[in-house]
Amino acid sequence: MIYLWFNMALFFELLATGGFVVYIVKQEKWVFRCSYWILVAGFVCHTIFLSYRYYSLGTAPVLDLKSALGFFSWSIIFVYLIFQIKFRLMVLGSFVAPLAAFLMIISYAMPWVEGPVKPVFKSLWLTVHVGTVFIGNGLFAIAFLAAIMYLIQEHQIKRKRLGSVYARLPSLATLDSINYYSLIYGFPFLTLGMITGSIYAQYALGKYWQWDPKEVWSLVTWLFYGALLHERLVVGWRGRRAALMSIICFCILIFTFVGASFWLGGYHSFSSMGAR
Amino acid sequence: MFKIINIGMNHETAPVELRECLAAEPDNTVKALACMRDLECVGEGLFLSTCNRIEALFTTEAAGEAKKSIISLMSGLGNMPEEKFSSSLYTFEDKDAVRHIFRVASSLDSMVVGEPQILGQIKEAYAQATIKKTSGIILNRLMHRAFHVAKRVRTETEICEAAVSISYAAVELAKKIFHVLDGKKVLLIGAGEMAELAARHLMGHGVSKMAVANRTFERAVQVAELFNASPVSFDEIGAQLLEVDIVVTSTSAPEYVITHDQVKKSLRKRRNRPLFFIDIAVPRDVEPAVNDLENVYVYDIDDLKGVIELNMAQRQQEAIKAERIVQEEVVKFEKWLKTLEVVPTIISLREKVEDIIHVELKKSSSALGELTSSQNNAIRSLTRSIAEKVINDPIIYLKRKADRPSLNMYLDVTRRLFKLDEGNGDDNK
Repeated sequence: MIYLWFNMALFFELLATGGFVVYIVKQEKWVFRCSYWILVAGFVCHTIFLSYRYYSLGTAPVLDLKSALGFFSWSIIFVYLIFQIKFRLMVLGSFVAPLAAFLMIISYAMPWVEGPVKPVFKSLWLTVHVGTVFIGNGLFAIAFLAAIMYLIQEHQIKRKRLGSVYARLPSLATLDSINYYSLIYGFPFLTLGMITGSIYAQYALGKYWQWDPKEVWSLVTWLFYGALLHERLVVGWRGRRAALMSIICFCILIFTFVGASFWLGGYHSFSSMGAR
Repeated sequence: MFKIINIGMNHETAPVELRECLAAEPDNTVKALACMRDLECVGEGLFLSTCNRIEALFTTEAAGEAKKSIISLMSGLGNMPEEKFSSSLYTFEDKDAVRHIFRVASSLDSMVVGEPQILGQIKEAYAQATIKKTSGIILNRLMHRAFHVAKRVRTETEICEAAVSISYAAVELAKKIFHVLDGKKVLLIGAGEMAELAARHLMGHGVSKMAVANRTFERAVQVAELFNASPVSFDEIGAQLLEVDIVVTSTSAPEYVITHDQVKKSLRKRRNRPLFFIDIAVPRDVEPAVNDLENVYVYDIDDLKGVIELNMAQRQQEAIKAERIVQEEVVKFEKWLKTLEVVPTIISLREKVEDIIHVELKKSSSALGELTSSQNNAIRSLTRSIAEKVINDPIIYLKRKADRPSLNMYLDVTRRLFKLDEGNGDDNK
């Protein structure tokens, strides 16, 4: 029963992705509206699924990569829906939905890991830690997508190729401000996530900081985003340079998220969470 | 026989410094018209002065003298010796003058072919001429035909769309860069029909602040007044680059007005806010390398033309079509002018008939005795309709011959047949 919600969420998100792709080609407004509401439906299913999992596990459902990817996908859509209210940028969905659906497909392809949850994870601190980090990640994902759109659009304008791509993408100012807002909201969430994580570590493991690979890489990510934010606010970086930098930052973030969990070991790795 | 003559200079024949001198004072047109009215040798007159052209259009019976007077009038207006600009002037007579004014009105003679501003300027010049009562039968007709030609060219060809869509494309581009233009500041360097059109479009889309720079500061002040903008001197452009978002350039300077280094220096102080250059000038005002700078976008006139994707062959075809329309209308106007030659003969023919009726009625009045007023009217209309029926066919015949080379012969025969040239008094003796 519970997996039905997950499958429905996946189904709606794939459908919405298809709709958004049709929208970007055909530029029909009603296609966008349908896709948008299908995505909302998928998001609702996904939320029900996550709440149920939270209820049944007694903690945030992020203890294996499958669940974590699903949660990542959920937070990207969550951030997108909020951004949609502010920016009303129809074309953004055509970039967000495929990314969210992509993460869901990977998540779907992985086997379900069922097992008892270690008592150490049944803590509100974990939920707050993971929640804030993932909202931050969702915001950075939007920043990343906006940066890619910015680079494409800027290339079109600089090279004076004002064709269909140019017509479909929004203005440079809009893309840059999406990138900017994602960054200034994302950074505090990431910071908060790291602080709560460290408090949680003190509470659960007795140490605030123990040079775990994921901790280190998170710090690297944080420093990179911090540098970008600094350049933006103080030096006045914007446009192409800021876009490139936020793409680099996001790549580091993904490495921290996936790579550090898999290859580098440490107590953050998923393998250490499930077993024992 | 009178002639229609057009003396003027445009962006092709005269450098901008010269045109600026002559167009310097806004009330030049009024002054010129007043002078033209006072000139004995000039019949009707019209004076057009824009940033890209100065035209004096007039009719005269004494062509040589009138031309000289008009040129000295221009030299007076611009405070300039005649030798300095006489080589930049062109002179058209009769048919060519008509064609020229038609082409100007249809914007075929403009720097940016098809820009719509010129028609408004001509209408304004004509309005001035009617207020000053310097335009008469010929010019009234000529100008109305010119407006008609312009309208035909606009509706029947796609020539005008190019210009309008160039500034439209510039605005669209600006929106793709800045999203909204509200609160953005524009710097207009140099002045020209096309630049002003682009500026007007930008203003229409939310731009509220504008600065105008010009080599001659007085001109900057004038243009600034048009847009409610602030005039700045040419040396302040560097400082302005720190504040503005969009720069429209259209000077006729042979070298770059905006250089790579100049823009590069300003970028950090601008905190990398995007800067959009719309370069309408030929040769270009903005160094192409400026486009390589981050957050700076340069579009010159060719880029903008490329944007609207009107291919050359199509433009060529539209131009041919437009010239054909002009030619058609020139022929029509000439035909009308020729009928003017017939008019004096027709008038004297009518006068003669009127006289005959008058005299003959007087002779018969005693024989007819006392008549009621209705009988009187009946006799009057009877005599008049007989007389008119008799001369009607000759008149129609003459009008039809108006544009034939043999017209003079027919006029001559008519005058002799009806003995028009010997005075009416002699006939009735």
